Amino acid sequence: MEFSRRETIALGLGAAALTFMPFRVEAAAEEVISAFTGGADVGEGGVTITAPEIAENGNTVPIGVAAPGAAAILIIATGNPVPNVATFNFGELAGAQSASTRIRLAGTQDIVAVAKMADGSFVRTSAAVKVTIGGCGG
Amino acid sequence: MISRRDFLQVSMATSALVGASGFGNWARLAAQQALTQDQLLDFDTFGNVSLIHITDIHAQLKPIYFREPSINLGIGDAKGQVPHVTGADFRRLYGIEDGSPSAYALTYSDFTSLAQTYGRVGGLDRVSTVINSIRADRPDALLLDGGDTWHGSYTCLKTAGQDMVNVMNGLKPDAMTFHWEFTLGSDRVAEIVEGLPFAALGQNIFDAEWDEPTELFKPYKFFERGGVKVAVIGQAFPYMPIANPGWMFPEYSFGIRDQNMQKMVDEVRGMGAELVVCLSHNGFDVDKKMAGRVSGIDVILAGHTHDALPEPVLVGTTHIIASGSNGKFVSRIDLDVRDGRMMGIKHKLIPVFSDVIAPDPVITKLIDDQRAPYKTELSEVIGQTDTLLYRRGNFNGTWDDLICDALISEREADIALSPGVRWGPSILPGQDITREDIFNVTSMTYGKAYRTEMTGEFIKIILEDVGDNLLNPDPYYQQGGDMVRTGGLGYRIDVSKPQGERITDLTLLKTGEKLDPAKTYMVAGWASVNEDTEGPQIWDVVEDHIRKQGTVTVAPNNSVEVIGT
Repeated sequence: MEFSRRETIALGLGAAALTFMPFRVEAAAEEVISAFTGGADVGEGGVTITAPEIAENGNTVPIGVAAPGAAAILIIATGNPVPNVATFNFGELAGAQSASTRIRLAGTQDIVAVAKMADGSFVRTSAAVKVTIGGCGG
Repeated sequence: MISRRDFLQVSMATSALVGASGFGNWARLAAQQALTQDQLLDFDTFGNVSLIHITDIHAQLKPIYFREPSINLGIGDAKGQVPHVTGADFRRLYGIEDGSPSAYALTYSDFTSLAQTYGRVGGLDRVSTVINSIRADRPDALLLDGGDTWHGSYTCLKTAGQDMVNVMNGLKPDAMTFHWEFTLGSDRVAEIVEGLPFAALGQNIFDAEWDEPTELFKPYKFFERGGVKVAVIGQAFPYMPIANPGWMFPEYSFGIRDQNMQKMVDEVRGMGAELVVCLSHNGFDVDKKMAGRVSGIDVILAGHTHDALPEPVLVGTTHIIASGSNGKFVSRIDLDVRDGRMMGIKHKLIPVFSDVIAPDPVITKLIDDQRAPYKTELSEVIGQTDTLLYRRGNFNGTWDDLICDALISEREADIALSPGVRWGPSILPGQDITREDIFNVTSMTYGKAYRTEMTGEFIKIILEDVGDNLLNPDPYYQQGGDMVRTGGLGYRIDVSKPQGERITDLTLLKTGEKLDPAKTYMVAGWASVNEDTEGPQIWDVVEDHIRKQGTVTVAPNNSVEVIGT
C-alpha cells in the first residue's frame, strides 16, 4: 500500500515525540504546576489517575482522576505542546471529587494530576501512557 | 483472606501427599521410551474441582509440528524467569532428559530428528480424547478456552471462523475469552457470540463510545462444581485495537483494567465464590504483574504468549498456568476447595502426541466435514523444503525469512517487514509445502502485502516502536508479540537500552551499506493495521515465490545481532 504522506508524517511525528521521552515532566509542565500550587510543597498519595497503559487512539485517550476531599484537580499532559489539559473545581455540595474526560496526546508521556485539598495542601500523582504505531500482536 | 504463608504450607502438605504437578512422573516414564496414551493421561484425581485449559489453538484442527523458541528474552524482573528460559536451560530447570519426549515437546533442540521420532502434535480429535478422559474421572470438569481459536488456517479464513466454532462446540467448552476472533470484524463476532452455547467472557471488553461494559460479553460466570461455587472471570487481550486493526471492531475498547478486575473479584467473592479463576489472554508477564496487583484470584489460566510450562508459577497466592498453543498441550488442574477457600492444587501439562493419543472418531468426522469442501485447495503441493521452517522466537524464524524473501523478490523491494506473530506450525526438511501450510503461517483478514517508500529514519522508528512492545521492562507496556521480522535489513539491538536507543547499525544487506536516515528505501510488508491497505494477499505472494523455487532452502540468518542480554 502507499502510506499517504499525511499518514506517514502523522506516524513520524507521534513516534518522534517518543524519542524525547527521557525528559519526563518538562519545564512547561512544571510551570503550570507551580502556577496552580503557588509554589507550595506537593505531597504524594490521595489522588489517583485512571488511564490506559497503552492508548488505543492517541487522539482521544480516556482518563479519570479522583481525590476524595479535594477542592480542585489539575490535569497536565507533560509531553503535549500545551501541557495544561483541565482544572476541575469541586464545590462543597459535590457528591464525589472525581472527573473523567478524553484528551489528545502527542506521544508517549506522563500524565500528572495535582489535587488541591480542602485544607489548602497539595498532592500529586502521575501515570505513563504509551502512544505506539502498533501492529505485530502475537 | 488466607496469608501467603498459610497457603504455602497447605500447598506443600498437598504436594508431599500427591506430588505437585505429576510432571516429574511423566518425564521419567517418557524417558524410558515407553510412551503410551495411558501414561500421558495418567492422573490421580484430586480434590473436588477440575479445570481443563486449552488456549491459542489458532484454528489447527489437524496434528502439526510446532517448534518451541530458541530465544525468548525476559526483560527487567522477568530476566531468567520462566517462561523466558529455553533449550538446555529449560530442560535443566525441570529435570528433563535430552532427547526425551518432553524435551521434544517443550524445547527446540534437535527438533528435526526428535520430530521424526515422536511425530506430530495436536489435532482437536486427540484433544477431545484427553478431555473425555478427564471427564471420565470428573464428569463436571470445566473446559475453558483462552481464545485465539477462530483464527489461523485456510478453512477458518474461508468460513469466517465457522469451522472452529463447529468443532469447538463438539468439545463442549464452558467459557471462552478472545483476541484474534475480533479480526473477523465486530458484526461477525457478534453473530457467532450470540449463538454460542457457552459463556463469552471479558471483564475488560468495554463499549468504546461510553467506556462501560458491553451487553454481549459478560465479565464473569458462576458455576457450581463438586459443591463449590466457582467464578470464572474473563480477560480478553488488552491491546486489540493497537496490535490488530481497530477499524475492524471500532465499537470496542479493551485495556488491562486491573482496577475493574479487582472490582469483579471482590464482587464474585461477595456473591459467595469459593474459587476464583481468571481465564486470561493477557500474556504471561502481564498475568504475573496483574496477579501481584489484584488480590483474590486463585488460578490464572494464561494465554497469548504461547508459553508451555510443566508447573504452575506462584505469585502471592495466585497460581498461573501456561498451556502452550496450536493444540499441542492441554492442562488439567485439579483443585481442593474446602471451607470457602482453595486448599491445594494438582496440575499436569498434557502434551498431545498425536501418534500416541487415539483420535476421538466423532470429532475426527466433524473436522473432516469442515475440511471436505476445501480438500483440493488445501492439499495442493506448492513446493518442498530443504530447511526446517518454523516461526517462534523473539527474532527471525525460517518461515519469516522465507516470507521476507518472497516479499523482496515478488514485490521488488529493498527491505521486507513481516509481523512478529507467535502462531504458525513448523515444516520439517524434506516435507512438501502445501497451500494449507502457507495459510497456517499467513492467514488473516488483513493480509494484503503493501509496497511503499520509507526513509531510513522512519524504518528505525518502526523498529524502535515494535522493539519497545517486546522489550519494555514493564510488562503492562508490552503487547505480547515478538520483534518485527526483517528481510534485506540487518541491525544490532541492545535489549538493555530504552526506546530510541536500542537499534543501531541498520544495514542494507544487498549493498552492505549503513541505512541513510534521509534516503528512501522501497519496503514491502504485510499485516498493516491501517485501513485501505493495498496489494496482493501475502499467501499468494509466498505461493508464487515457493512455486518458482521448487525446493526452498533458507540460509542461516545472522543479520540481527542481539546484545545487552
